[in-house]
Amino acid sequence: MSVLEKALENGQFAVTAEMAPPKGADFTGQLAAAQLLRGKVHAVNVTDMQSACLKASSLGLCIHLKQAGVEPVLQITGRDRSRMAIMGDVLSAASFGIDAILALTGDHPVVGDCKDSKPVYDLDSVGILRMLSRMEESGTDCGGNPLAGGAPRFFKGAAVTPVYEPRALQINKLRQKVEAGARYIQTQGIFDLEQFRGFLEDVEKAGIRVPIMAGIIPLKSAGMARFMNENVPGIAVPEEMLSRLDAAAAEGREKGVKGLPAKLGMEMAAEMIAQIQREKLCPGVHIMAIGAEENVPAILDMAGVRIEE
Amino acid sequence: MIITQKKPVEELLAMLDGVRKVAIVGCGQCAAACQTGGEKEIGEMKAFLEEKGFEVVGTVLPDECCHKLLMKRELKALKDSGAEAIVGLSCGDGVQTVADNVQLPVYPANNTMFLGQVERVGMFNEYCKMCGDCVLGSTGGVCPITKCAKSLVNGPCGGQKNGKCEVSPENDCAWILIYKRLEAIGQLDKLGQTRPDKGYAGVAYPRHINLREKK
Repeated sequence: MSVLEKALENGQFAVTAEMAPPKGADFTGQLAAAQLLRGKVHAVNVTDMQSACLKASSLGLCIHLKQAGVEPVLQITGRDRSRMAIMGDVLSAASFGIDAILALTGDHPVVGDCKDSKPVYDLDSVGILRMLSRMEESGTDCGGNPLAGGAPRFFKGAAVTPVYEPRALQINKLRQKVEAGARYIQTQGIFDLEQFRGFLEDVEKAGIRVPIMAGIIPLKSAGMARFMNENVPGIAVPEEMLSRLDAAAAEGREKGVKGLPAKLGMEMAAEMIAQIQREKLCPGVHIMAIGAEENVPAILDMAGVRIEE
Repeated sequence: MIITQKKPVEELLAMLDGVRKVAIVGCGQCAAACQTGGEKEIGEMKAFLEEKGFEVVGTVLPDECCHKLLMKRELKALKDSGAEAIVGLSCGDGVQTVADNVQLPVYPANNTMFLGQVERVGMFNEYCKMCGDCVLGSTGGVCPITKCAKSLVNGPCGGQKNGKCEVSPENDCAWILIYKRLEAIGQLDKLGQTRPDKGYAGVAYPRHINLREKK
């Protein structure tokens, strides 16, 4: 049973941190950050060329992490791989003891940095989950042929975007993901807990039962937040947070101190995590530090979150 | 309709390098409507090529360029023309059908873009990817294969912003269109239905259909 699955099943407050593989073949930075995360998070969730920007593969970093004693979650999108390629990667992952997966559709290549790459989308997030569930149930591959030694089992998850109009459409897709075999969900970065609460209530009303981990993005500056508001689907940083970040930047300029907005961003992330845990809003958080993974332990400390090992 | 667009003339001239006598074949169907292969465009192409020093030894404007037997008849007009090459002002299907009937190089003057709707004169929208397994019955008549940049069959990705696609803000999110349409026609229940993932075994190309085959 995967570490994340065990944590969620035992009712622990589950914590995952996101990490991107390098744009290159040198993994030392990632592995150094991973050592800092060891014992602080249940798993490190490795992106699959997020924003359609080329990186080393998710599977590669997952293998490195596993070998370094850090539990990985293999993110796998349908953007670049046909069903055969996905299944092949997943079988390889299993051979390294990787047992948790996050299935995503994937950003389109034209929004990324290798725009001429062919969009595959043989399967979307639901299709990937369905294929893997079928594999687990039947012990067969994507063509219905038996797998030697039976099929590996994975703790399978998917993503959801709580800030979405029309919400019913997003909840409908969430239902399909769960029906296709998603056993945990992580959200796009949330910044408004009341909005998130409303979303969770609607999920509950729709009769969907699945652990939903809140996506937390520690903001680095008001500029970053405004950029995300403008450009990243599903991100809505409230005005109040923007003005706090602006004020921190002004204070920094006045005092000649650098990094105050980023520090505040970490504090705000910690406040949200603490409130989520205190109010039992949802059973865990997924922290997307976007290159600043080394800050995750400090954020968790501030939030008072300690994982049970 | 097959929507075509004129290639840059430099590209065509490069293909015609070393050729002196050319014939032009247009198409009275789609290419005429797309203003890439009708009478007017044949005239313009003739004038352009002559200005560039080519001798235009014949022009043909068939009703439709993609009909092999029809083209066999139409192309007889060029038989003794002395043409060293043919410039095709049609879609790729038409260019190949012309080539099937002659022993000459046939060069495309157009790029074949998509199967589309003529919204009004000169305005074309891609409407069908010819996927071979139509899903419109369950999607309110809005095609997710064509109108979703990822051809998603199970609902939207998270990439829309204000109802617009992440790939191009000019495009509406297909799944929001589908949702609204299903709502409008009282079929929202279809949204929750499981759709099988598309398979591709049946669409290995080139495909053939023969209605004459004995059952």
